[in-house]
Amino acid sequence: MKNEMELIFDAVSDNESFARVAVAAFITHLNPTVEEMADIKTAVSEAVTNAIIHGYENLYGYGGKKLREGGEIHPGKVRIHCILNKGILHIEVSDRGKGIENVEQAMEPLFTTKPELERSGMGFAFMEAFMDDLEVESGPGEGTTVRMVKKIGIDGWIDCEE
Amino acid sequence: MMEQITMGDFQVIDNCLMIRLPEEIDHHGAGFICENADRILMRDEVQNVVFDFEKTRFMDSSGIGIIMGRYRKITCFGGRVYAIHVDKQIQRIFNVSGLNKIVEVLEV
Repeated sequence: MKNEMELIFDAVSDNESFARVAVAAFITHLNPTVEEMADIKTAVSEAVTNAIIHGYENLYGYGGKKLREGGEIHPGKVRIHCILNKGILHIEVSDRGKGIENVEQAMEPLFTTKPELERSGMGFAFMEAFMDDLEVESGPGEGTTVRMVKKIGIDGWIDCEE
Repeated sequence: MMEQITMGDFQVIDNCLMIRLPEEIDHHGAGFICENADRILMRDEVQNVVFDFEKTRFMDSSGIGIIMGRYRKITCFGGRVYAIHVDKQIQRIFNVSGLNKIVEVLEV
């Protein structure tokens, strides 16, 4: 069985929870374990947050609380494309933002280009730790595409062994 | 409707700032937590911070940023960071990020 879905949404932090919950809902019928579900939600959250705050530099979201420095919203969309094939989930999170100059450096744990945001620099490290495979394609001005693979349940593992 | 964190979730008890964390910890809600925690740390000259994960069902690396940031602010004055009601998922995130080396998880 192959199943596919695509989501496109505004690159604002208000949509971070929507994105991970949508992907989680897409795989529920496979009866993933609590751990698998948490892994996928965390990885999606990391990739989507990166697209929003680094790709488009939308730091604070719609929120509407108060306008502060850097609070303006840059227009842009984040796209999530999921393919579920025999218990293996492929997730692609892409943006058309500013891209990453040095992907290798960006993927180093604790490296961050925005220390003032007090983020941990652990985004890619988390995606790597919680998913089975991670691939990042990016260049300055070209946007970024993150591809992740996760085997869900026993079917995913059996098919993978073959 | 998911419960959001409010000012009532920040409490100063003795020498500790207790923060009752929300159901989901991500970048969207992290700013509010950091700003208010820092304001109270400055105002009340509190030494230690206790993060309460009782309600928390989801956390990504933004949570690590919140804890690491507060740790940096209080550690130079001899303060410590504690976590309570830590479930298996949160513990995993602590382990993967290396945060288990700076946060003391307490049983309550």
